[in-house]
Amino acid sequence: MSAPAAAATIARPPEAARGVLAWLQQNLFASPLNTLLTLASLYLLYIMAPPLLDWGIFGASWLGSSSSDCPNRETACWVFVRARFSNIVYGSYPIAERWRADIVFAVAAAIFGLLVLPRLPGKLWIGLAALVVVPAVSSIFLAGGVFGLRSVETTLWGGLMLTLVVAVWTIVTSIPIGLLLALGRRSSYPLVRALCVAFIELWRGVPLISVLFMAAIMFPLFLPRGVEFDKLLRALVAFSLFNAAYMAEVFRGGLQAIPKGQYEAAQALGLGYWRMTGLVVLPQAIRIVIPGIVNTCIGIFKETTLVLVIGLFDFLATVQTGVSDPAWLIGDHIRVTGYFFVGLGFWVFCFGMSRYSQRLDRQLAAGKAYE
Amino acid sequence: MRAVFVQASVAAAVAAIAYFFVHNSLENLERLNVKTGFQFLARPAGFGITQHLIPYDEDSSYGRAFLVALLNTLLVSAISVVLATIIGFTVGLARLSRNWLVAKLATAYVETIRNVPLLLHLFFWYFAVLRPLPGPRQSVVFGGVAFLNNRGLYLPAPILEPGFAAIPIALLVAGLATGALVWWSRRTRLRTGRHHSVIWYAIVLLIGLPFVADVLAGFPIGWDIPRLAGFNFQGGVVVIHEFVALTVGLSIYSAAYVAEIVRAGVLAVPKGQVEAARSLGLRPGQVNRLVVVPQALRVIVPPLTSQYLNLTKNSSLAAAIAYPEIMLVFAGTVLNQTGQPFEVMTITMAVYLGLSLIISLVMNWYNRRITLKERTS
Amino acid sequence: MTSRWIVAAGFACAVLPGLAAAATLDDVKARGALHCGTAPNIPGYAFTDDKGDRRGFDIDLCKAMAAAIFGDANKFKLTPVGPRDAFAALQTAAVDILTHRFTWTYNRDAGSGLNFTRVMFYDGQGFMVRKSLNVKSVNELNGASICVGQGTTTELNIADYFRSHSMKYTIVTFADLDEARRAYDEGRCDSWSNDRGSLAARGLGLKNRDDHVILPETISKEPIAPMVRQGDSQWEDIARWTFDALIAAEELGITSANVDELKAKSENPEIKRLLGVTDDLGQKNGLPASWAYDAIKQVGNYGEIFERHLGPKTRLGMSRGQNALWTNGGMMMAPPFR
Repeated sequence: MSAPAAAATIARPPEAARGVLAWLQQNLFASPLNTLLTLASLYLLYIMAPPLLDWGIFGASWLGSSSSDCPNRETACWVFVRARFSNIVYGSYPIAERWRADIVFAVAAAIFGLLVLPRLPGKLWIGLAALVVVPAVSSIFLAGGVFGLRSVETTLWGGLMLTLVVAVWTIVTSIPIGLLLALGRRSSYPLVRALCVAFIELWRGVPLISVLFMAAIMFPLFLPRGVEFDKLLRALVAFSLFNAAYMAEVFRGGLQAIPKGQYEAAQALGLGYWRMTGLVVLPQAIRIVIPGIVNTCIGIFKETTLVLVIGLFDFLATVQTGVSDPAWLIGDHIRVTGYFFVGLGFWVFCFGMSRYSQRLDRQLAAGKAYE
Repeated sequence: MRAVFVQASVAAAVAAIAYFFVHNSLENLERLNVKTGFQFLARPAGFGITQHLIPYDEDSSYGRAFLVALLNTLLVSAISVVLATIIGFTVGLARLSRNWLVAKLATAYVETIRNVPLLLHLFFWYFAVLRPLPGPRQSVVFGGVAFLNNRGLYLPAPILEPGFAAIPIALLVAGLATGALVWWSRRTRLRTGRHHSVIWYAIVLLIGLPFVADVLAGFPIGWDIPRLAGFNFQGGVVVIHEFVALTVGLSIYSAAYVAEIVRAGVLAVPKGQVEAARSLGLRPGQVNRLVVVPQALRVIVPPLTSQYLNLTKNSSLAAAIAYPEIMLVFAGTVLNQTGQPFEVMTITMAVYLGLSLIISLVMNWYNRRITLKERTS
Repeated sequence: MTSRWIVAAGFACAVLPGLAAAATLDDVKARGALHCGTAPNIPGYAFTDDKGDRRGFDIDLCKAMAAAIFGDANKFKLTPVGPRDAFAALQTAAVDILTHRFTWTYNRDAGSGLNFTRVMFYDGQGFMVRKSLNVKSVNELNGASICVGQGTTTELNIADYFRSHSMKYTIVTFADLDEARRAYDEGRCDSWSNDRGSLAARGLGLKNRDDHVILPETISKEPIAPMVRQGDSQWEDIARWTFDALIAAEELGITSANVDELKAKSENPEIKRLLGVTDDLGQKNGLPASWAYDAIKQVGNYGEIFERHLGPKTRLGMSRGQNALWTNGGMMMAPPFR
């Protein structure tokens, strides 16, 4: 290319690459290293995908109702999941009363659906209702003993239903407690501050499983003679206090991110502590902490598997007990299938929450850009 | 006045709760049927433990069993923290890769791993490690001295003979000399701007000196090579699969969280910083090392600390796959055998609390070192 | 809240209220349900069927108690407990009785404020190995690695046995009994050890049960007995005699099927006493006259319970062995009802 010619033509912008090949070139084979990475990744997929598909889908046992319908021990036995599905979902909740659980499931799904809708008038109120009213009413509805409903002991609750009850109650109670703790940690009163710090660090410093052991073994000792504490309630208290400490740390991050000028401005306007917190600080902080809260919620959801420690049968435990039913003791593939199913179940719920949090994240970020 | 009132009422509330529990406990104590205390720690444990870093057998005390379990917890936590950090940084950066497939695979990794309970991960890894390995008689042999089978990885164990002390002394001397070299190099660089690379001297020192000492002392280390006797290999040291599976499971699980933390940290570094660094003529490696990483670390370290705490606490799930850590050995077998749940659980929780506090202290110290030194107004 | 744990630490040299003198029977009657502590998960003994109902040998013992007290075998509530919290649950009255697989030992009986009622199952610790190992006896297991599930006596039994026979071993202890079996199945251990009953039951979950064999030796005595709190002898009597009644019923040939007929027609004086026809045995323990009748009618005699959950017709396929009646060469014998 000669110099005058280059000067004569006006340099055009590079042509936008289009089409499949261009996309491939840009995204997969841009450089030798990139190509190598691409090939390695493809090889990984090639090795892992076919056996998994064969085990879980093509070679799996799908039809039937008993263990004899799962002769192939090298592949999944979905018959097991189908046969025990109602146990996995409701635990030992009496069959005649399971419509109550169905209604609760339906209401929960409806509310979740509403919350996922992008623009909805009164979303805040629906959210609040979802967080406070629905869990309370649902729990009374499930427990029964009022309005002519048959009373159902919490020891009979189980399966996915129990997992959801524990997760939802923990989330609903740990958020306000965590908020109070976080505010207490920033309090100007040294005693309050010290107590909150000690409380938070204490809970964050021990494994949940040991807290549950304590709840199971030691808690009765602290209560007056003859006072009995429902096992589920004990688990909920342990879960709630434990996770409140985590929520407190999430809130602390949000509170710290509020510029000092905001506090000073609020004080200059003559707002007292509670009005300053409620009207100026929290509305700004909550926006920052929502992703953190959702992440903690995902953690709570997964932690519910530990309730077996104090003798409650959650989603995972119902599968584990199912595997120990002599009718299903025919080989290891039943167990593997069960665990795979539980993993899949948890994944669906947690991935959903994770996606929801990412969306909120984007929405909030977008909202901020408009200000 | 208000402050006094508020704090007094809080104190009163806490005292009331404390009194309630104390009172009930005391009342329940009065109806005691069981004699308890911490004396059981001195009694012989009587059971075996698969992995012990300090000498232990069935005649050892419960107290020693506790120590063995504690060391096992520390070991697996320490190694997993390192591995999780390495994998997490790799995956976190891979998510930001310009290669579409790599970025998507890294995303898939994070979203798959993070959304499944850890317990299921541990089961998966334990049996994934066990399944493909052969029995002891068909062991995979490495150079005739190391053996891999479904019981574990058997390695030669060093036997220390007289004169051995020369080697650690040589190592110490080499370490000190290296330290001095690094200090000297740093000082010259700060004073004169000239950079002297000391890495090769350091390597020669650290490997050479102990080797010379080894030769001079007449090779005082013997090797105990594992050999097949009866059902299993005897002698040597063994890396058990429970340890491997737990380390892998814990590292991979925690790495998913670390990856997210790293990604957020890198994204938090303003683009302008990278552009400015490039326009200064720094090479891509230098841009990362000198500009991006130091700034990202400030965002990364605080949540990373929480992650390390979680990892340590999560090691308590190892009971499910037979790794002899505190929750399995002490809060399990010892608790069951002694029937003293309250003492055992109190000690167990105190241990985890202590570990957490130590990790927090170390990480906070590190965090203070790397935080931006802003002018103080 | 902090103080709560400080208190906990301070009182570590403590604890366990035996709610001693309280009349358990009155509490149970007032509550309208019997609270039993059972294992969460043992095939054959305590498990959950496809419909979500809890079933098994241990559960039936609980049902028999409920039937004897209320005349209704469904008036019970189950609390799943493990070795860690079971004793505390009984001591703090969270449960009225442990129908669990706990071995009767001196220390538990004398030191923990609890009493054993009567042996309902004789068991002992055994070993399973692969047939391909060609091992015929536990004494050939020198140097073997052994997978076990955490129990209360399991680990110690092995340690004692191997050391007293000057044999080496490696023990791999799992918190969960099923994982121990699975690890053994995958080749982690040469042998898998547990109560023989448990080996038989959980062994069904092996990939191929026919490749394995249970060795003949039993290295420990495991008399399994339901437990109650110490200090309420009436309650202890109720539990023991209810279980005795189940065994006596088998001795006398009373089953859930023929109990009505025998109650109406039998001339055997002991049957008449047991079923409350001629003598009100129940009243002496604060129970209705039909206590034994209700238990047998609704749950069945000891043999029926055994056959229903453990016997040859079930997948567990256990023979009665030591658990046969004394008249059949076993060790089950009920004291006379007179």
